[in-house]
Amino acid sequence: MSDLTEADAHIVVVGAGQAGLQAAETLRAGGFEGRVTLVGSEPHAPYHRPPLSKGWLSEALDARQLAIRDVSALERKNIDLRVASHVAEIDANARAVRLQDDSRIAYSGLVLATGATPRMLGNAAPADGTICALRSREDASAIAKGLRNCLQARLPLVVIGGGFIGLEVAASARKLGADVVVLEAAPRLLQRALSRELSDWYARLHASHGVTLVLDARIDKVETSGSTAQVRLIDGRRWEAGLVLVGVGIIPNDELARRAGIACDNGIIVDACSRTSIAGIVAAGDCTVCRLPDGSMRRLESVQSAVEQGRAAAYTLLGMEKPFTGTPWFWSDQYDAKLQIAGLSRSADRSVARGDMAGKSFSIFHYAVDRLVAVDSINAARDHVIARQLIGVGVSPTIDQVSDISFDLGRLRPA
Amino acid sequence: MVQITFVEPAGAEVAVDATEGWSLMQAAVANGVDGIVAECGGSCVCATCHVYVDETRLAALPAPGEIELELLEEVKAERRPNSRLSCQITATPELAGLVVTIPPCQT
Repeated sequence: MSDLTEADAHIVVVGAGQAGLQAAETLRAGGFEGRVTLVGSEPHAPYHRPPLSKGWLSEALDARQLAIRDVSALERKNIDLRVASHVAEIDANARAVRLQDDSRIAYSGLVLATGATPRMLGNAAPADGTICALRSREDASAIAKGLRNCLQARLPLVVIGGGFIGLEVAASARKLGADVVVLEAAPRLLQRALSRELSDWYARLHASHGVTLVLDARIDKVETSGSTAQVRLIDGRRWEAGLVLVGVGIIPNDELARRAGIACDNGIIVDACSRTSIAGIVAAGDCTVCRLPDGSMRRLESVQSAVEQGRAAAYTLLGMEKPFTGTPWFWSDQYDAKLQIAGLSRSADRSVARGDMAGKSFSIFHYAVDRLVAVDSINAARDHVIARQLIGVGVSPTIDQVSDISFDLGRLRPA
Repeated sequence: MVQITFVEPAGAEVAVDATEGWSLMQAAVANGVDGIVAECGGSCVCATCHVYVDETRLAALPAPGEIELELLEEVKAERRPNSRLSCQITATPELAGLVVTIPPCQT
């Protein structure tokens, strides 16, 4: 695709979140001199989403601090940002996108970074103010308002779903003084992401901060009346809530791609270079699912993945192969606990703690047979960074080395 | 506003007016300074906003915290005595005119 380095080339990026922004900036960093248009459906320049459940809820951050870039910085990079714009259709044959206002933009390369939408419960609509989900700045502002309602009416925040979003909001709400009830359908918190021992650790952490946790919770009904909501479980337990937060996962926004004939399977299917099934169209971030060399599919919902896929997508359009093959990593801040995850623990059959799980700082090393596959660290940043490097190069410390905190794991890194 | 000068990896000097109370990382990324990745947005988990602080003014900065020190052990570019994570330095009037240099790589 050497024609893309011509000055008359035009790359359109659909979606102005972390992945889309990264793709646009990487095009410039990679020497692309043609036009770059970044189309975002939200009315804002690209902003950081992780603080929405923390600093933004407690109003410790202003909008400019939340921004990843000022608009002026994008202008300097000659990236044309169009906010509040919706792409309605991709015409892959004509190489053009049609916007909702019926204008068309011809492209020589297309990046899809359309993100994801929170999953909602069958009978709960997010728009009515007392039932919320968290994805956007507007969502976070609605939650902040709902929390004020909780405090004023002396009603709890009821969180449906004990995943990262729900638990981070629960921690922020406790800090603000609201009562919090967390209802989780699974027998433990964070079941998809964490091992049982760490799930239990988080359950104790939240309980110690006064959160009411209900595991194996089967929701019967969520209803609203006026400025309150009622949540009822099948077993008859019920809560009157000042705000209900639904945090039960996200659905990739792949509809635009599907309608254009791009192969999708719970997300736009991409390879490690972010290529889709149509040449000249790449995709990155939460809207994607990655087909691994062994044929299996992997969805990574993380900032790191969005950044690295965005970068790979841009390089692919520039004719350079820079596949995303790094060690997945993720973090979550709740109360004073900073969790950092390196690698994926799903395949693990054995776990070893490094440090004291009753203390404030420790890590859990996960092995599949004798191979280190993942490390979960609580307030142990150095363990985390070393783990990322060790997993990345396929070096596995022995169980004895891990359990001996006087042993410097950094020594195992290749020079 | 506190003026901070960032020396980008390619050598360009970019003077930025940082809002008081912001981190140097926030000031750099908001102004599109090249070379600061800041993947984590300032949560002190990724070590991709590494900078070298003007050595003559190092003492004027509050000392790094424990997590910052741990992460500094793991930065990609060479760690020097004046290495800091820019997300952990708050812009205050005492820092006016500070020059920080961005290393050649972050990831």
